[in-house]
Amino acid sequence: MPKDTRNPAAAPPAGGSGAAPAPHLPAALPISVNGKPYFHEGDPAMPLLWFLRDSLRLTGSKYGCDNGQCGACNVLLDGKAVRACSLPMSAAANHAVTTIEGIGATNLHPVQQAWIEADAIQCGYCQSGQIIAAIDLLKRKPRPAEDDIAAIGNVCRCGSQPQIRRAIARAAELLQGGKK
Amino acid sequence: MTASFDAGRRHFLAVSLTGTGALLLAPVLRAAPLPNVPAELLGEDFTGLGPFLRIERDNRIVIGAPACEVGQGVFTDLPMIIAEELDLDWSQVRVLQLPYGGGDGANPYGRQGADAADAAARTFLRHAGANARWLLLQAAAREWNLPAESLRTQAGEVIASDGRKLSYGALARSAASITLPAAPPALKSTAAYTIIGKPIATADAREIVTGACRYGIDHYGAGALLAVIARCPLPGGSLLRMDDSKARKVSGVVDVIELPHSTDAPAVAGIAVLARHSWAALQGRALLEIQWQPAADTSESSSALIAAAHAALDGKDGGIPVRSDGEPLRIRKQPARHRIESRYELPFLAHAVMEPPNALIEINQDGARLVAAVQDPDGASQWIARLTGLRRQNIRIELPRGGGSFGRRLDNDYVAEAVVVAKAAGKPVKLMWTRSDDLQHDRYRPLGVHALAASLDRHNRISAWSHRCAATPVDARTPNAGLLEATAFPAGFVAHLQQSFHPLSTHLPLAAGAWLDAFRTFAIESFIDELAVVSRQDAVKLRLTMLEDAKAPATVNGVECTRLAHVLRRCAARIDWRTPRTDGRGLGIACHAGGGGSFAHAFEVAVEGGQLRIHRAVCVADIGTVINPRNAQEQIAGATLDGLAATLQQAITLKDGRIQQRGLQDYPLLRLGLSPRSTEIEIIDSTDDAVDPAFASASAGPALANAVYAATTVRVRKLPLLPELMRLL
Repeated sequence: MPKDTRNPAAAPPAGGSGAAPAPHLPAALPISVNGKPYFHEGDPAMPLLWFLRDSLRLTGSKYGCDNGQCGACNVLLDGKAVRACSLPMSAAANHAVTTIEGIGATNLHPVQQAWIEADAIQCGYCQSGQIIAAIDLLKRKPRPAEDDIAAIGNVCRCGSQPQIRRAIARAAELLQGGKK
Repeated sequence: MTASFDAGRRHFLAVSLTGTGALLLAPVLRAAPLPNVPAELLGEDFTGLGPFLRIERDNRIVIGAPACEVGQGVFTDLPMIIAEELDLDWSQVRVLQLPYGGGDGANPYGRQGADAADAAARTFLRHAGANARWLLLQAAAREWNLPAESLRTQAGEVIASDGRKLSYGALARSAASITLPAAPPALKSTAAYTIIGKPIATADAREIVTGACRYGIDHYGAGALLAVIARCPLPGGSLLRMDDSKARKVSGVVDVIELPHSTDAPAVAGIAVLARHSWAALQGRALLEIQWQPAADTSESSSALIAAAHAALDGKDGGIPVRSDGEPLRIRKQPARHRIESRYELPFLAHAVMEPPNALIEINQDGARLVAAVQDPDGASQWIARLTGLRRQNIRIELPRGGGSFGRRLDNDYVAEAVVVAKAAGKPVKLMWTRSDDLQHDRYRPLGVHALAASLDRHNRISAWSHRCAATPVDARTPNAGLLEATAFPAGFVAHLQQSFHPLSTHLPLAAGAWLDAFRTFAIESFIDELAVVSRQDAVKLRLTMLEDAKAPATVNGVECTRLAHVLRRCAARIDWRTPRTDGRGLGIACHAGGGGSFAHAFEVAVEGGQLRIHRAVCVADIGTVINPRNAQEQIAGATLDGLAATLQQAITLKDGRIQQRGLQDYPLLRLGLSPRSTEIEIIDSTDDAVDPAFASASAGPALANAVYAATTVRVRKLPLLPELMRLL
């Protein structure tokens, strides 16, 4: 774990509350991840993905491409799907991030349930990002049209798109049913 | 409590009870136990029982999965085989990934290979389940004082003829003292199967959808440094000079290491940046100032290779003869209206696995531990032994889930690199490839041009066929291997047939595999469609006429005529082939025999608002005996979409000796928008030998191109199809 990160919820910062940050260090950036507060004290240009993975060991957000092409690193930022690989910590700071680990931590989210029912897995590497994209879509469009589904930018190399399509349709049903 | 006994000449069993009373069926370790073997991953050095079971007192069963899961379904399908022979209820079963079991002599887990189609591996696992079932039957027989022959097993219980039942869990203690017979217990008849052949969902689906599943890249290792490598972008090139002063100033960078050049290791020339975390390593690498020494030729380009291919095909040199049946000049003798010729251009392709290659390695004096998704763990073990001098029995390999493979993880180049870096650093290392590394340093599918010509007789049957291919060989010793062999369709179906091959030279490392079938089949199945169009024949009927010729034998050069004709007929029926489409929609079809399987694809497409829409995809596949129909459907759908994506969008191109693709913006993977709105897969019931479903990808590309022609009258003969179609429209 990089030394420049600390989790105030788990361990208070060393040096006591009165210790001023070293002058050459950038200011600590506060960020909420899955409802817990954290600070990032390293390079503010570091993408959120590496903070989640390397610092917090939340490895459900996957590395796939570096530049927002694949969507495997999707997380929710204040409820909206974003590419964690392309969001610097300076931009993520002061926002609330929800990763796949924060979704359905106790009970499965209906979208996760739909993914299991449709067996939208194959290698599974892209699926956490696909699920985040679907949660975002179904929040905006509870009954998505083909064009809405086609607009999801996530890629899947295994060709699990037939199951993903079924999973999105099933998730829409489950979410509708839940509202009744 | 542990009991050891002789279980036949070769096998020494240790049947032991854990503190909680669980029965462990595991071997005595002939050598010293390997470090870090989790107690729940049972067994090393044992071949009688196979991948190993843990039977809890409450009748929960743990089954070990022997092969590395990369999306091909082995984590679910292989344990299903054991569960079947053991007569379990699948809901009792929890699956655990086994580590690599080889290293010193025979591998107790059998072949820990790439897919579930390996017949020997399947048989091995069946015996594993049958042996355990036999032990439990004997235990129950002893308990009840009844002959074992009078007992049966069902859903994790032994049942007596009078209806008494004992769970496997209850029999655990007693079974611990029984010796396996010298002759293996009988296997189940396929008619009695209750698990194999039933659709079963991915065993670790919940872990995956919650982000809990740890892939190779998700393993960090205690004290391991994150490493990325700057590799020479010029194939075959080397390092001239570099300045790492800026890289070393990056906070978190620990070391910069010039990789020792070695002809022994598969790794290319490079400089490793080691850091405390990924971002520092990536930043450090970006700040390296490097001058590379090119290999002799830096002018190599894809366009020049394609031009050279055409020149070779235009020239007087006939190339390497591959096959010659009947009269060589038959086509030229035909009147022009009965003769057609076409050329098809195919680019290099990359594997582009979703999870770029990575490996975590810890090396010390006594042994090594590798955590990496590798499909050839035996090869990985050999590389580690060679590069470290360690004995293979002291090398432990854990096999986490891998994010795709498509053949990529059969190569252990990234393992060898990680070992070289870890040795030089003297520390545990997690080597990570970026997407750019992955696209630039793969082994690629060959590039080439196919020249096809044929003539038709007065009955509109194909009477002469010429297939000339100019391509970059995978294997220099047998240049045409995999690309255009003497068995290539329609060899054996056409009286006058010539095939020849012109090798092209490239510095790029190339790879064989199922994608070579797609390389060849795109041209052949596109061309048959062209012949059908020119001669105004139905494209299905033209193919069936060849396959169902009464004079043809049942199997022609690996093509099982009846099976291939059957999948073609079913596919045509599923897509409603005879109903003409309107609204600019078009249908295309193609078929292919490969890897022992028979496949047919059909697509319904249209160009709407300047965009290609794939309305329907159908694949009918005969892949022999299927363990898990649900996974088989997904594998065939996956291969179909793989063939589709490669045909539509993907190309690796060389220019000035360098690969131009640096990210997925240059090498698109399939998105939902371009995927078929409806995908229908039909698997033919079969008891034949199992087939790797990856071979299904080959006929998808030409079926799609044929559908594009039907919808647009544009015949695309140059891949990738989509940019070429948009240019031609």
